[in-house]
Amino acid sequence: MISKRIVLKFPHRLVDQPIVCNLAKYFDLEFNILKAYIIPKEEGLLILGLSGEEENYNKGINYLKKLGVIVQSLSQGIIRNSTRCTHCGVCITVCPTEALVLDTHTRKVHFYENKCIACELCIPACPLRAMEVHY
Amino acid sequence: MTKTITEINEKISKGDVVVVTAEEIINIVEEKGVEETAQIVDVVTTGTFGPMCSSGTYINIGHAKPRIKLGGGACHLNDVPAYCGFAAVDIYLGCTNLPEDDPRNRVYPGKFEYGGGHVIEEFVAGKDIKLTATAYGTDCYPRRKLETWINIKDVNEAVLFNPRNVYQNYNVAVNLSNKLIYTYMGALKPGLGNANYCSAGQLSPLLNDPLYKTIGIGSKIFLGGGVGYVAWQGTQHNPTAKRKDNGTTCAPAGTLAVIGDLKQMKPEWLLGTSFQGYGTTLTVGVGIPIPIINEEILRYTAVKDKDIYAPIVDYSEAYPQVKPGALGEVSYEQLKSGKIVVQDKEVPTAPLSSYTKAVEIAEILKDWIKQGRFLLTEPVASLPGPESGLTFKLLKERPIE
Repeated sequence: MISKRIVLKFPHRLVDQPIVCNLAKYFDLEFNILKAYIIPKEEGLLILGLSGEEENYNKGINYLKKLGVIVQSLSQGIIRNSTRCTHCGVCITVCPTEALVLDTHTRKVHFYENKCIACELCIPACPLRAMEVHY
Repeated sequence: MTKTITEINEKISKGDVVVVTAEEIINIVEEKGVEETAQIVDVVTTGTFGPMCSSGTYINIGHAKPRIKLGGGACHLNDVPAYCGFAAVDIYLGCTNLPEDDPRNRVYPGKFEYGGGHVIEEFVAGKDIKLTATAYGTDCYPRRKLETWINIKDVNEAVLFNPRNVYQNYNVAVNLSNKLIYTYMGALKPGLGNANYCSAGQLSPLLNDPLYKTIGIGSKIFLGGGVGYVAWQGTQHNPTAKRKDNGTTCAPAGTLAVIGDLKQMKPEWLLGTSFQGYGTTLTVGVGIPIPIINEEILRYTAVKDKDIYAPIVDYSEAYPQVKPGALGEVSYEQLKSGKIVVQDKEVPTAPLSSYTKAVEIAEILKDWIKQGRFLLTEPVASLPGPESGLTFKLLKERPIE
C-alpha cells in the first residue's frame, strides 16, 4: 500500500474532463479531495490524498502525466522558510491537523509535511510569513 | 558574599569570568545551593525575542544639494510614512506605520504584509530603501522635492530607539466570544479555542531582576544583534503591579526604553512582522546581563517557569472594553505544557515569543562576555521600582465643547 498527498495541475484543455474518477475506475485507487479550484488562465488545481497498491499507484500517476497533468508532491507545495521561522509556535493552534507542532522539550516547531492538508490557514497566521505556498 | 561590577569586569578582562544563562543557572543553584553558586557565578544572561510594537529608528539621511528641510514636510521610506517633525534631515520611522494605500482592515482581516518593521529589517540587511519627500522650501533650504535611494552604510546615523520593549510579563490572551478575532496576540479562536502568551518566562530579562536592582538607565545590553543601552524606563512602566513572594509580577509591569546603533545590528534579530487583522510590528531580540553582585540577585535569576504567573485575559470583550478582572492565573510551566484549563475547559496554548531564539540570544551574550568583548555597566540611575508608587494610568477623556 502507498498513500501520498499530491498536487495536480490540469491544463486548460483537460479542465472539463472526468479524470480523477478514472483513478478509481481503472487503477483501483482511493482518492480524497483536499482542495480544488480553477486558477488564472483556467488551469485546474487539485490537491488529493491518493492511496492504493504501489503498482497501481504508479500506473495511475503515469496515466495522469501522459494526459498532460503536472503532478507534484504536496510536500513541495507548502514549505516552511527555515530562515524566517523563529520557532515561536503561534501557528500550532491554527493548524487543524497537527502538522505544525511545538516540541515541549526542544521548544522548536516541527512541520510534519505528511499531515499537511494544504488548508493554508498557517500562511497568514505566521507573523514572520515563514510558511509559503508553492503551487 | 558581595561582588562589585568593577570586580566582575576585571574578571571579564582577564578571561576568567563565569557566565551562565538564566536557564542554566536554575540547575546550578539546585545542585550547589545559593551560597556556593553566588561565589562561583559572576553573570547570568537573559534573552527575549518577540514582537515589540513600540520600536523604531531615527535616521539622519545627510544634506542634499541643494538643501531640503524635511521638518514640517512629509517623507516616506519604501512608501511607508516616516515622521519628519525634527531638524532638516532627521527622520523617525516607527514599525507599525503602513503605506497610505494599504487597505488595512477594509478587507477584513487585513494582511498587513509590509510596514515600518519590514522597512527597518530591509534597511538593517543593507538593502537600498526608496526615500521620497516633499517640503515647503525656505531661503536656506530651497528644495521642495526629493526622490532617492538611501542605504544604511551611507547615512550619517541610524539609531534604533524603542520607547517600550522587554515587557516584564504579559497577558495570556483568550477569546470568550463566538466569533474568531484577530488581535496583536494572534488569531484567537471562539469559545476559548486557544490561549496565546508572549514572554520568555524564566529567561525574560525583567523577570530575572524583578525589582530592577541591577538593570537601570545606562545598562549595556544585546539589542538586535548589536550592542545597545537601556535609555529610560519604557512607556507604561508599571512597577506597582501585583507581585508574588519571589518578586515577579503576575501582570504586565516594568518596561524598558532601549537604544543602540542600528548600523551594527543584524536583520535576523530585527524582523518585520505582520499580524493578520491587526497590523505590522517588529520582532526584536534583546538580551540583558545580570551581574551576580550578591545572593539576593542570584535568587532572582534562578526563578523557574513554574514560579512565574500570567493573567488570562479575554480579548473579545474585557480587553477592548477595558473591563477589569482576569479569568485566572497560570504559570509558564503550565503554558509551556501545551494546554491550560480556563473555565473548566482544556485550552491549547501557543507562544508568540520564541523561546529557542531567547536561549540563542542569552548564549550569544554569554559568549561575548566570556570572550572579553562585552563589559558590564553600572546603571547611572535606577528605574522606578515598586516604592515609587508609579502606576499605569488610563486616559481620562474630557469632552471638547
